[in-house]
Amino acid sequence: MAIRVQTGDFDISAETAALTRGRDDIGAVVSFTGLVRGGGDVSQMELEHYPGMTENALRDIESRAVKRWNLQASTIVHRVGPLQPGEQIVLVLAASPHRQDAFDAANFMMDYLKTRAPFWKKETGPAGGKWVDARDADDDALLRWDA
Amino acid sequence: MQVLYFAWIRERIGLPKEQVETTAGTVAELVEELKVREERYAVAFADLASVRVAVDQQMVDLDASIIGASEVAFFPPMTGG
Repeated sequence: MAIRVQTGDFDISAETAALTRGRDDIGAVVSFTGLVRGGGDVSQMELEHYPGMTENALRDIESRAVKRWNLQASTIVHRVGPLQPGEQIVLVLAASPHRQDAFDAANFMMDYLKTRAPFWKKETGPAGGKWVDARDADDDALLRWDA
Repeated sequence: MQVLYFAWIRERIGLPKEQVETTAGTVAELVEELKVREERYAVAFADLASVRVAVDQQMVDLDASIIGASEVAFFPPMTGG
């Protein structure tokens, strides 16, 4: 179980290799990579976070996933600072013996991260900066895991 | 206690953190104290529906106690991922 908050980019292949190195009991690794969406006016995205609480929240998300699925290993990497459209922003890896647990755990960790990890996005465009509003759809996505 | 502000709340108040001496017992009481201090706090806390709070890095409601807490943070709903 590894969590990291960093300004630099990440390499999904290297992260996957690190996750599975030295073991042959893993049957599935699901990865999710989030990218900075540009589309029109956004020229830059600034990611702010709450150091300390962020790491605690990410560890909490992983431990919730471990309780719920057969999660053998996981990695969460989230970037902060200024990012350009098209750049990688978040990586979630979930490893399990079979694919369904890996798919579900990765999905769950992303849904939790969206609404429970203290990150905030600010978009910069021609009209200046604008803090991204939270989406109700993200809250709804989290609720489905309570059922 | 240390009070931290993030995102647009930080921008409206004009600083990322400050040491606050308070006798407030709850988050809501602390907010009321801050709001009467200066206009920028009143502006930042004008719409409490869009303010989230963590006490010692745990998310709590506005009526939560801050007695004995060392850190209270105010921020908008999270938008990571």
